[in-house]
Amino acid sequence: MKRTVPLLITFLTGFFLIVSFFVPHEPFGQLEQRLLVWFAIVSGFAMLLGVDSLFRAHLKRIVRAREGRWHSLALLLSLVVTLAVGIIGFARFGSPFHMQSPFMFVYTYGIIPLQATMFALLAFYIASASYRAFRARNTVATLLLVSAVIVMLGRVPIGAAISQFFPVAQEWIMDVPQLAAKRGIQIGAALGAVSMSLRILLGIERSYLS
Amino acid sequence: MGSTTMLIGTWIAGFLTLAIFSFLYKDNPVYKLAEHIYVGVSAGYWLIYVAFFDVYPMLIQGFQDETGLEKWILLVPGALGLIMLSRWFPRTAWLSRWPIAFTVGVGAGLGITANIQGYVMPQLQATLLPVTGWNIVSLNNVILTVGVITTILYFYFSKPHKGALGWMARVGIVFIMVSFGASFGYTLMARISLLIGRLYFLLSDLLHVID
Amino acid sequence: MAEGGRRGFWEVMNNIDRRIIFLILAVCVTIPLIVSTGGEIKPTAPVIRAHASVESLSPGDYMMISIDFDATSAPELMPMLRAVLRQAFEKDVKIIMLGHIAIGLPLGHMALEQVAAEYDKEYGVDYVDLGYRPGYIAVMIAMGREIEDIFASDYQGTPLREMPVTADIHSYDDIDLLFGFEHGAVIDYWVRYTQARFDQRMTFGTTAVMAPDAYPYLQSGQIEGLVGGLKGAAEYETLIGQPGLGTRGMPAQQWAHLLVIGFIVLGNLGYYFTRKRGRGAA
Repeated sequence: MKRTVPLLITFLTGFFLIVSFFVPHEPFGQLEQRLLVWFAIVSGFAMLLGVDSLFRAHLKRIVRAREGRWHSLALLLSLVVTLAVGIIGFARFGSPFHMQSPFMFVYTYGIIPLQATMFALLAFYIASASYRAFRARNTVATLLLVSAVIVMLGRVPIGAAISQFFPVAQEWIMDVPQLAAKRGIQIGAALGAVSMSLRILLGIERSYLS
Repeated sequence: MGSTTMLIGTWIAGFLTLAIFSFLYKDNPVYKLAEHIYVGVSAGYWLIYVAFFDVYPMLIQGFQDETGLEKWILLVPGALGLIMLSRWFPRTAWLSRWPIAFTVGVGAGLGITANIQGYVMPQLQATLLPVTGWNIVSLNNVILTVGVITTILYFYFSKPHKGALGWMARVGIVFIMVSFGASFGYTLMARISLLIGRLYFLLSDLLHVID
Repeated sequence: MAEGGRRGFWEVMNNIDRRIIFLILAVCVTIPLIVSTGGEIKPTAPVIRAHASVESLSPGDYMMISIDFDATSAPELMPMLRAVLRQAFEKDVKIIMLGHIAIGLPLGHMALEQVAAEYDKEYGVDYVDLGYRPGYIAVMIAMGREIEDIFASDYQGTPLREMPVTADIHSYDDIDLLFGFEHGAVIDYWVRYTQARFDQRMTFGTTAVMAPDAYPYLQSGQIEGLVGGLKGAAEYETLIGQPGLGTRGMPAQQWAHLLVIGFIVLGNLGYYFTRKRGRGAA
């Protein structure tokens, strides 16, 4: 019951979708559509699982007065406030996403700057890493370095101002050698994904049940 | 939103931006506060999203609008969704394997055909390029084909990289390194663009130094 | 003595506080943003092809726009989104927006409302925002049969059949071009699950990080055009003749590139000289 039923569900759903890919006529097409809609609905619930564990962990930290409890309190407060303004937006404007909704205020002036700045930090770290770690230690590392420099120069106007070589070489690198390597890697990854999917459907790979 | 609301909002956004940037100097409580607020609002956002773009339109509204079988069959995904939440309670946690098995089955079933039809076949086809004589296009076609084959062979570990396979793998690593270099260049570009975006916000919206 | 001094200099350089590097980068990006001096922006082939794919549409044709990014990549993708929307509205193309990255969807909506206002376009008649549904591969494939099965209503809950713009829209057969704005793997799903199965015409704008991964799709003809990163956005703005934030950011972008190249050269010189010393000592 605990293992056989889920294995059977996985096999039957996956196998049915493969059949309906080759035979899209009725009743397969209609049934496939139904499964896809169900998948969309169920996927949403999976997102709730993560929020729950986050909530519990921080609540525990506050209740047990552990270090960082004030930060945890700020986290839970911002979660509750966001939830509240979402509900207010829905009640007042018919949708939290209405441009006048307070939910959009939180989004525009809270989520956008926080998320964008968090990632903007990476610019500083990649610059620092370029200085400290990007070394021409051997032939292959030199190849990587030269390719990176050509691409960096070829993609900005000043590269063309220095020499027409940079934009032309940049385009060639992108269109030929880098494309070839990306394709090779991705063909391997795609075949890997197919074999993993088969292992899952046949019940050989069961880690998702743990 | 009124202009005062926008002004307050811009200052809040400015504070949060600087709070995150303060991490560059060193880790500090203000950064930690902003980080925790970020996680909190993001989680709240997800909950609203799931409620408003999933549960409400697809289940509740669907149940209200549909009739007959179409109405009652919605109980199946609804039940699967609720069973997913059984993970919250240790005793019933095993039940959540059913909806998970369903989503994994859908992903695997669709993935097999999509990866073959949508990637392997068209990409292999696009690698079979013509050589029409001594010209640049033909040369590039040869380089591309050699690059794809040798890259794939580089990742073939079922045989030791010796002899012909060793040579091919060595050619493959040249392509892979050039590709990683290009990716590094592009990644750097992306990160710099993000910094430009934030500095543009500080200089334009917050400080009005530029338009 | 001079040799010792040189070695000392490189050792100091090798151990420089990273905050100094941070500060130099911040200054190097800020100054060009204030004193804008950029070179000529020459559109490249992938961007010209992307522009041409939208240009091939006729008035009344439908373009589906997918918002598959969030604020983490907005500085790159928002300028190109605005440029594409301006080109489409200029041509009286109808827009159907949706997205697979929930947390970025309002960004797309803001750009849509902003550009629609510039061209006096009316919501529900000329454009619509469907919003988001979870489970993107299922959403993509199900829309190939009937969009209404997944999106019965738009982002505000208005039924699709009640709006003129979507009254007769059912599947990809009614969509003339899909333009996706991507910062992650969703582009792969669009191509592998939708283009391949439904033969849907597609063009993409991606972050610079994602652009190299999309080149194989461009060469195989699975996608029609590719706009990559802020530079791609600047090229697109050049093609439509309306400079925006992409063009505005280019001077800062190029000075930052030069600075990082300078860092790489300096770092390697430091490595070379200190390594030589290490060998000598051994």
